[in-house]
Amino acid sequence: MFEFCADPKAIEGLKWLSCYLTTPKHAAMYYSILTVLALLAAAVPPILFLGFAGALARRSGFAPFRWIGLGYTSIVRGVPDIVFFLFFPIALDQAVEVLRHKVKCPEVVGPIYQGNDFVVCQAAKMPLGPSPQWMHEAWGFTLAVITFAIVFGAFTANTLHGALAAVPKGQLETARAFGMTERQTFWRVHMPQMWVYALPGLSNLWMILIKATPLLFLLGIKDIVYWAKELGGMKTQAYSYPHPDWRIWYFAALMVFYLLLTWISQRVFDRVFARASRGMAVAK
Amino acid sequence: MSCAESFSSYAFRSIGFGERLLPKSDITLCDQIILIGSGMMWNVYFAVVAILFGFVFATMLAFARVNGPAYLRLPADFFVFVFRGSPLFIQFFFAYELFVQLPRVGVEIPLGFATLTASTSWLTKAWLGATVVLFLNTSAYSAEIFTGALKSIPRGDIEAADAFGMAGFKKFRRIVFPTMLRLAWPSYSNEAIFLFHSTALVFFSGFPAWRREADGLYYASYFAEATFNPFVPYPIIAVYFVFFTLLIVGFFGLVSKRLNRHMAEAPKVKFRLGSMLTR
Repeated sequence: MFEFCADPKAIEGLKWLSCYLTTPKHAAMYYSILTVLALLAAAVPPILFLGFAGALARRSGFAPFRWIGLGYTSIVRGVPDIVFFLFFPIALDQAVEVLRHKVKCPEVVGPIYQGNDFVVCQAAKMPLGPSPQWMHEAWGFTLAVITFAIVFGAFTANTLHGALAAVPKGQLETARAFGMTERQTFWRVHMPQMWVYALPGLSNLWMILIKATPLLFLLGIKDIVYWAKELGGMKTQAYSYPHPDWRIWYFAALMVFYLLLTWISQRVFDRVFARASRGMAVAK
Repeated sequence: MSCAESFSSYAFRSIGFGERLLPKSDITLCDQIILIGSGMMWNVYFAVVAILFGFVFATMLAFARVNGPAYLRLPADFFVFVFRGSPLFIQFFFAYELFVQLPRVGVEIPLGFATLTASTSWLTKAWLGATVVLFLNTSAYSAEIFTGALKSIPRGDIEAADAFGMAGFKKFRRIVFPTMLRLAWPSYSNEAIFLFHSTALVFFSGFPAWRREADGLYYASYFAEATFNPFVPYPIIAVYFVFFTLLIVGFFGLVSKRLNRHMAEAPKVKFRLGSMLTR
């Protein structure tokens, strides 16, 4: 990056550090922060969608929907999220490949699970063997987003369900007395008021979501945990920037990064609460 | 291999008894259920030790934060901020690297009359190192819950205690502590469940599984990789976790009953999975 970095072994001190921290590999690490933020951004819409679907299913007048909603939220809540993070990427991957296998090569007969093997035809592989590296990474990232959505959708469904139930009955009765239909009551009165009750729970979930992002590492995605392990490991004299095992400093930096992220989020949420509860009779 | 054979080979595999090698081929359902169940002993151990010690430390932290002098309050606040604000996953990695850096032989603690040598090599092992991290983590979360409860003890209760001439430890033991516990209990039972679930992270973070003696999830993912079929081992471990979660719910429900036994109208602490997320 800088000109004086041409021969890193000849410089030392701050100069060395500034060169060290701007190597292409470090750039990749800073870039992977974007991966974390991208995951957060990509996961929120499907999480909210599943959350609403789950919450509405639990309030549904049709009993099987209620059972599905309750089953979904209870199972995800009763099992550690990491189990889902290990399970869903493989399960989804296999499900997609089995489907493609059935569609693309119907002529191949025989079981897919053969003893300790999982066999689908070449054309059914996802993504295709010869596709470029970024396709593989994008596929992995998509699976990660879906997994996050399923797990956090259940938590969100719980929060939204509670919030919908917390809106005072009188408000809804008043709406009906004004001649609003069910639909109008829901969209004009129930939903807008629900947010105030949902916000504390949702902000908490956001914090949990932030703190779950390092699990991307377990899904084989090159996120900041991967780079911290990679770059922090001992580098011998064969490298341009030899150093002993510095992983502890890299993980300390990650801790600071996450502390900043949660601290900023907390500040933002405090403001949002103050704004959302204006004019509402909620206990402080 | 019959189920009885699997049992004798793998029931205590996770703590070093039985078959040395993990099942490689012809993995039966029994193998999976028994070995994963064997691994769950680790999860229960981590959770029980961390929660027991964490409870005591969290109580001290909460009192330091609410009533303590500044030199105790500020470090306690900082401790809670750090452990609640960063992911447990990173805490494991960081702690492991930290424990590895400690001098291999041990740290000498001068006591004046004698020198105590604390062996540090055990800290790099999961049974102690991971337990320490889980203990610190749950202390921070529980301290936050207890702090909130301490702050919302009805003023009248404290004044009544003063009027009865109670002070110091007596007031604490009879009034402040039981009331704090009663108010905090619903959230605290959630924290216990979360902590129990977090124990599954241990062998996927920095801590290595020595001789492949590890927790249930480690074996579940081993089976998923060995058989290329995630649809058997993961549901098995899910059932184990749901079972133990229900045990925790039951136990905390009993304690809650006792804590609330004097209340005129027993406020039914209706425990709904998923209500009151605190983590």
